[in-house]
Amino acid sequence: MTRWYKPRAETLIALGGVVLAWQLASYFFPPYLFPPVPAIAEKFLGIFVDRASLANAGATAARIFAGLTMSFLLGLALAFLMGRSDRSHRYVYPLLNLIQGIPALSWVVIAIIWFKGTEPRILFIMVATTVAAFSFQIFDAYRSMSKDLFEMTLSFRPSRRDLFRALILPTIVPGMLTAWKVNLGNAARVVVVAELVGATGGIGYQLLQQQQMFDMAGALAWTLVLVAFVLFAQQVIARIEGWLLAYRPTAERSA
Amino acid sequence: MSAQDAHAAAAAIDFRDVVKRFPRPDRREEWFLAVDRLSFEIAPGEMVAVLGRTGCGKSTMFNLLAGLIEPTEGAVRVLGHDPFREFDWFRGKMAVVFQNDRLMPWRTAIENVELGIELLGTSEEERRAIALGWLERLGLKGHERDYPHALSGGMRQRVSLARAFAVNPEILLCDEPFSALDELTGQRLREEYTQLVRENGKTSIFVTHSINEALQLGERILVFHRPARIALEARVAGGDREAIRRRVLAAMEARDAGADEIDR
Repeated sequence: MTRWYKPRAETLIALGGVVLAWQLASYFFPPYLFPPVPAIAEKFLGIFVDRASLANAGATAARIFAGLTMSFLLGLALAFLMGRSDRSHRYVYPLLNLIQGIPALSWVVIAIIWFKGTEPRILFIMVATTVAAFSFQIFDAYRSMSKDLFEMTLSFRPSRRDLFRALILPTIVPGMLTAWKVNLGNAARVVVVAELVGATGGIGYQLLQQQQMFDMAGALAWTLVLVAFVLFAQQVIARIEGWLLAYRPTAERSA
Repeated sequence: MSAQDAHAAAAAIDFRDVVKRFPRPDRREEWFLAVDRLSFEIAPGEMVAVLGRTGCGKSTMFNLLAGLIEPTEGAVRVLGHDPFREFDWFRGKMAVVFQNDRLMPWRTAIENVELGIELLGTSEEERRAIALGWLERLGLKGHERDYPHALSGGMRQRVSLARAFAVNPEILLCDEPFSALDELTGQRLREEYTQLVRENGKTSIFVTHSINEALQLGERILVFHRPARIALEARVAGGDREAIRRRVLAAMEARDAGADEIDR
């Protein structure tokens, strides 16, 4: 059974060192540069007891989830399109490479020009910045499917649907989970940038507010909320991975 | 139906002047001849061992039989049907045991055994009962819930045997399934295989490069030359095994002048 992450002593020492160094710096610098740790902690905890603040954090989480889900579905379809024929692979692969090369900020500008509402803009940016990674990772998992297992399954003369269910889907599950883990971090970074320009709520919007008030403690508190969300989501994925990949030997699973 | 077709329908397996050429990936417009006018018949319920040196086209013949590739010339008929063109017709009628066990790592032993019958649309309850029966029969009781990585090589190959027998096929195709096992395990599995095939009245074609294995698993032995064509056909049942061994060995050692010929 997969257990929730338990930090090691070394991790706690390293993090504790940073906190200590920050607190020491707060004695020598003004609070708008290095606010004291208790002030950051107070702001951080305050977010969780204030309904409006929680709604802002929830909005960002929902945008990340919606963007990644949409991107995953599109990436899955593109990966299968590439896997089905060499010809479609030759068309789709360079397009995805091109999309992957466009910086997130360029997508922000394009989204602002193309879309009117905040949510469509953010959704578009999220999908545009993560769809290539989803497609490539799922396609790689599909391509690495064992020829031996394919022949063996084929020897039972399965229907196309059965072949997908019995062989292809279980083969690409590890690749899909890796794609989610990798894209979660990317999505968290991109959503904040997207919310900075044009959103009226969410963690990115809150960060903008803190910047305008020169409130470093508030900015750090909101950043920590985002980090906490990403860590929590990664733990959830790790739990799902532990359940779905229970068949793997322990060493292989944790690698 | 012509007389030849009627004859082919009566045989479980019928290879008639089969030729298979593959394009050489490194040389344009050159072809590699893997099977050269191969003809043989196997009667229903017969156990035949196909013997030949490495690269003699045994696996190509095997893939033609399984319907995974199409012959360049000639005809392959299995139970009176074309295994390549009538691929779906053979669902549940033919099962293959491969050289390596080819177990799905994400399925437990019992789930691997259930694969074939699951694809046939058998109900969950029925397929569980069938799979349990075969696992027990092959000495794997207590290992039903084990994943392949937790099983030994011999146990894994037993699971793959159970997977093939579970679909209750009319024809069993085996491609050196015991060659990677230690001598003792291999010997035990060969005995179990022979017993199971005979008890269940299956037609079995067993590809191997070991004369001992062919003598043990074949009522008849077909020795292949390279490219694949019959160099010797020997009936084992009731014959002098030592004499057959000598004849088979001589046929295998005979140098085939056209072994590496390129058919343009």
